[in-house]
Amino acid sequence: MIPRFWRKIKFRYDLIGSYCKTCNNYFYPPRNLCPVCRRKGEIVECKLSEEGKVISYTIAHNSEGAPLVIALVELDHGARLLTQLACRPDEVKIGMRVKRVFRKYGEDGQEGIVYYGTKFIPSQNST
Amino acid sequence: MRKVAIIGVGCTKFGELWDKSFRDIFIEAGIEAIEDSGIEGREIEAIYVGNMSAGRYINQEHIAALIADYSGLAEFGIPASRVEAADASGGLALRHAFMAVASGLHDIVIAAGVEKVTDVGDPAGMLSTTIDQEWESFVGANLASLYAIIARLHMETYGGKEEDLAMVSVKNHRNAMKNPKAQLKREISVEDVLNSPYVAEPLKLLDCSPICDGAAAVVVASDEVAKKVTDSPVYISCSTQASDYLALHSRKDILKFKSIVKASREAYKLAKIDPKDVKVAEVHDSFSIAEIIAYEDLGFARKGEGYRLIREGITELSGELPVNTSGGLKACGHAPGATGVRQAVEITLQLRGEAGKRQVDAEVGLSLNLGGAGATAVVSIFRI
Repeated sequence: MIPRFWRKIKFRYDLIGSYCKTCNNYFYPPRNLCPVCRRKGEIVECKLSEEGKVISYTIAHNSEGAPLVIALVELDHGARLLTQLACRPDEVKIGMRVKRVFRKYGEDGQEGIVYYGTKFIPSQNST
Repeated sequence: MRKVAIIGVGCTKFGELWDKSFRDIFIEAGIEAIEDSGIEGREIEAIYVGNMSAGRYINQEHIAALIADYSGLAEFGIPASRVEAADASGGLALRHAFMAVASGLHDIVIAAGVEKVTDVGDPAGMLSTTIDQEWESFVGANLASLYAIIARLHMETYGGKEEDLAMVSVKNHRNAMKNPKAQLKREISVEDVLNSPYVAEPLKLLDCSPICDGAAAVVVASDEVAKKVTDSPVYISCSTQASDYLALHSRKDILKFKSIVKASREAYKLAKIDPKDVKVAEVHDSFSIAEIIAYEDLGFARKGEGYRLIREGITELSGELPVNTSGGLKACGHAPGATGVRQAVEITLQLRGEAGKRQVDAEVGLSLNLGGAGATAVVSIFRI
């Protein structure tokens, strides 16, 4: 599973997504083909807005670990992504402004790789 | 296209079938369907099997040939295919059987669905392989979290309450008590649902369907064959299928399942009916919110008004549009690859008037089988 993670590191560590020069739409995660223009589209890599708002969210009580705040966030560019919010469950609200931070997602045991990626925090708070 | 009928149905009990293997359950469902149809096994021309994850659940791929073999059909060498679209695999098998007969390619085929999940430790976890692994599962989401995100926004936008969602589970449990094949034959109250632990807020344990073992099979035949062998054919008017963006983040509106809208509108057109002509339906209530969204996107209620159907008892057994008379995925149990075929079995029994204590009065029925969070929808319309 390491190559599967490693080959997308650029997109996970930074908010790099896709922009289609033909239809001016932004996409995250990155796409090889524009779903609007298909072969007529011209997809280029693009750094996306680091701020956005919460469209909806859940507090996931998974079998292991503390509850996770998982949110569907819409970036100011228009692209949406599913992400963890690094905040308390009682802080999150629909429509809340958030900004991106670089955080740890997990690790493969003591000697395995550490999974880092993008999370979001309420944007009025200081990092 | 030719007229296509279901002439035989079979279904195992759904649940934790510890003493039965993958082979035991598909054979049990298949034999029941053949005996119900009155045809001989050697008359079967092809088999379509819906199965989601035999490779993950029992470490066995190539299951269509295995099923033909253990059903005693190896000597005939008939084509046997597995079709997969997450937990819409069963509905897909029915659609393939329908197409094979409607096109004139075959006269008698089997559509079956089977899933044996209890040989591994985390059967529900496997269902979450149907969501985007790289961009949804990576952040800790599972299928329940995605439906929870949908539920949260739906409730906020349209004024739904956790009590409304609970009523879906309460209804489906009540129906399951009248279904001898159901897994959870016990009554629950709205309070029971509200007091059950959160899985992914606002969804609680009793908003979620149990992932279980089960198999179902139907014999699908041309009208010509049906007229010779049965007095009670149930016709498949059409079976349609649509897809949508796999991940929620790619959908412009997460409250509308475009796959359901597209497949159902095409189905109504082909069957020449309106949503109001449907008098019994089996829909994909993998989570309680999914049944509310199904009401809306199938056109039984306007967007945002799905809650009204459950609040006013319209979808109860005694209502004008009974939904999930079998108990649905919630209480009959959800054997991922088998569910779509089990839905067809239930609608067939209802239209024949053989549904026992849960019998409703209907001549037109509908089934909706979804894959994952709705990236696949299969809609079938049945009539007598």
